[in-house]
Amino acid sequence: MKSGLLAQLAVTFATMSLGAIGGANAVLPEMHRQVVSVHGWLDDKTFANLFAIAQAAPGPNVIFVSLIGWHLAGAAGLAVATIAICLPSSLLTFGVSRIRRRLVGARWMKLLQVALMPIPLALMAASGLIMAQASDHTVLASLLTAGTALFVAFTQRNPLWALSVGGLLGGLDFLLISG
Amino acid sequence: MSDATQTDPVPIDQPVSYGSIFLAFSKIGLCGFGGVAAWAHRVLVDERGWYTDKQYADLLSIGSVLPGPNVCNISIMVGEQFHGALGSATALTGLLAGPLLILLGLAMLYELYGNLPLVQAVIGGVTAAAAGLVIGTAIKLARRLRPSFGNLLVGLLAFGGAAILHLHILLIVALMVPLSLALAIRERRP
Repeated sequence: MKSGLLAQLAVTFATMSLGAIGGANAVLPEMHRQVVSVHGWLDDKTFANLFAIAQAAPGPNVIFVSLIGWHLAGAAGLAVATIAICLPSSLLTFGVSRIRRRLVGARWMKLLQVALMPIPLALMAASGLIMAQASDHTVLASLLTAGTALFVAFTQRNPLWALSVGGLLGGLDFLLISG
Repeated sequence: MSDATQTDPVPIDQPVSYGSIFLAFSKIGLCGFGGVAAWAHRVLVDERGWYTDKQYADLLSIGSVLPGPNVCNISIMVGEQFHGALGSATALTGLLAGPLLILLGLAMLYELYGNLPLVQAVIGGVTAAAAGLVIGTAIKLARRLRPSFGNLLVGLLAFGGAAILHLHILLIVALMVPLSLALAIRERRP
């Protein structure tokens, strides 16, 4: 039932919204758990493919959630998923913005910043591991993952280059070798 | 300590319209291939002159301790400063609308041609690279950070909770934020 699915999408993404410290990549493990394992809405491969497509588009990573909504329930799904993931954290930010003058420069803000740093980082590392498990079933894929990780970590170049090379090598491999 | 108006925008003669807020954040969203934050600085500070470097840094520091993508949080705060709730909605919509349209185009192509073997092979390559992109970003951020013992402990626990135990994100955050704060306070004491 479609309205049932929309309601589930809304609840699923709204509940993880406030956990997205550091951005959408921090909730990727949770999204994978909910979307693939708990609800069975997508298989591993589709989840990873949709993530890659969202990375290839410009804009904040949170649009991956919009894409999941679109894939599952069309335009309504896109709207519901996007609003659900954005609304709780946006309301919090809006409230904080109104009292920001009291926050800036406060000593505990600095402390909070330092204390929060490792959490999104660790969640992002977990995300990377989960994405690699979902996508790397060949030697070439593992090499592409490792190569891109090094490229992104140690150069300042636009990561879109690495995504393009990934697509190119994937296509060439199919045409010349495995296809 | 700070003076009271640090994150307020630079006073400008002309009022900032909804339209120019929308356009500024559209540009940030559409230009931000693989790094929206850099473009947010370029547009808000260098091009529009709405903020000084220091003001922008303060905005970013608030945006980064709140849940949600940093740039979305910045759009909400900037919109709020100029036009309240409607300003926030305008800025966030501007940030997301363009990228969502492009994303829809890509999604439709995927649904039309995604089953062709060649297309699958190309997407497979992009997907493997995208996994590397996430790992590489984590490595890059970790390199900039000089982690304390507390940072490392919290990082390992959060990683284990997400990657191995598959705990709910809110549980991880609810456990790790107080622990990390407590450790940070302890480490600060001589």
